[in-house]
Order: sequence, then C-alpha cells, then structure tokens
Amino acid sequence: MNAVRPLKLLIVDDSNIIRRRIERSQQIERLRVVGSAANGREAIELFAQTDPDVVTMDLTMPEMDGIECVEHLVAQKPQILILVVSALADKATAVEAIRKGANGFLCKPFTDRQLNDALAELLQDV
Amino acid sequence: MLTEAEIKTFIDGAIHYFAVSARQPVAVGSPYLITDGAPSVHEYTGVIAISGRRKGAVCFTAPRSMLMVLLMRMNETDTSETNMKDLIGEVANTISGNARRDFGKEFVISVPTVVETEGGKFKPPVGARPFIIPLNWRSHSAKLIVCLE
Repeated sequence: MNAVRPLKLLIVDDSNIIRRRIERSQQIERLRVVGSAANGREAIELFAQTDPDVVTMDLTMPEMDGIECVEHLVAQKPQILILVVSALADKATAVEAIRKGANGFLCKPFTDRQLNDALAELLQDV
Repeated sequence: MLTEAEIKTFIDGAIHYFAVSARQPVAVGSPYLITDGAPSVHEYTGVIAISGRRKGAVCFTAPRSMLMVLLMRMNETDTSETNMKDLIGEVANTISGNARRDFGKEFVISVPTVVETEGGKFKPPVGARPFIIPLNWRSHSAKLIVCLE
C-alpha cells in the first residue's frame, strides 16, 4: 500500500488561538504544519523556507495584510491552495480574495465542522 | 450617531459570535447611550479602530473569569494571560469584521489593540457618544462599546 505524502500547511493569522484551532482540525491528518505566521511579512519568509502546498490566510493583520500576501504567494507558486479565514464578512472582500488567487473563503467565527468542511473542500481534488 | 438598524448589526454579531464559538447563547441587555463621561470597562478591553466612511471604535470589554471560561469552551487548553488578551482582541475583531456584511467594505477595521483596564474608563477616540450593548454569558457580564461618528 502506498503511503500518501501529507501536504505541507502554512497557517497565517495574527491570533494564536485561531492558529492553534486550525492545527487541531481533523483534516490535519492529510496535512503537516510546516509553519505558523502572525502577519503577511512573516508568512512570506516562512513560505520561502518551507514551500507549503496549502495556506490558511487571515486578512486583517499587522505589517502586511492577507490580500497582499495572497497576491505575493500566488505569484511565487500559482498552484498553491489558499483558504482565506477572515472575519471580514462583506461580499466584496471575499470576491477580491478569490480574484487575487485564493481558492476558498471561511468566515469567522467558525465551528470545528465548518473549518473541517472548508479544508476538505479545498483538498478534494488533490 | 448610530441608527437602530446599525445597533442591531452589532447585537447580531455578538449573538452569532457566542453561538458559534462558545456554543452557548449570550443574553443581550438593553443598549444605552452614554451621555456624560466615559463608560466603565472590565479587566481587558479589545479595541478596533474604525476608519473609512465611518470613524470611531468598536470595543469588547470583559473580565478575566469570562475569558478563561470562553477559552475552555473553545477547547483551548492554554489559558495564559497572553491567550486571554489574544481572545479579547479576536472577539472585537470578529464582531467588527462581521459588521461589514451590513456596513460594506468602506467600514475599515484596524488590527486589535488590547488594553488592561481594570477599574478604568474607556475614552472614546472621537466626539461621538458611545453606545453600550450589555452582554451576559453564563454568570459573567461583558460589554460591547460602539462609538461611531
């Protein structure tokens, strides 16, 4: 039986509590956390060091916001899978994030099941 | 000055936050306007500055005891002071961010600032009078303070 290589996950959120919740997701069996960043600038540094396959991305963060970071990561690696996890609930922001290259949008607050489903949907074609 | 519909946006945001994150309902008291002086606050206050079409701040203030239970309800085992401050900022951020569903993209929110405010008062950043939305969850009391021009 062939072992499936876990996908490398980078978690980007300025909240430690949210980062830890994502680490506890059931989908984490298919993922291996390679980095955890508290802002966009840190995320870009960790991205260069760890080459993740999947990123969860907050939008409102200090230093560099999530939209700018999504643009940067997609330019570096177009096949990267990005799930935006943000409290910004207006439709225009979700549309902008998707246009910049994100693959999904999960609105805060979220249940464990909603997080699990959003990650499962992101990974369904991998 | 806030309209009734705008106050409802923040009430709905608080109700939704507790229903989803704590999986327990929050009871909302009657909102009131502070006409004189500054509102009193609990031990920790998370402040979100608002800019764009509206200016002001949205704050969530709560006692340490409430934040500790809320962390536990979220299956968070680390109930350190650092995580309590993180939580109070995240609650303020989430309720403010969710308000963009009604206020739109021009309701620009800052990253949270967290202040320890035991026995203190919250000084509104703008001339507008603050609206207080009392929140009661389990045996704990907290407040959402909305101050918008």
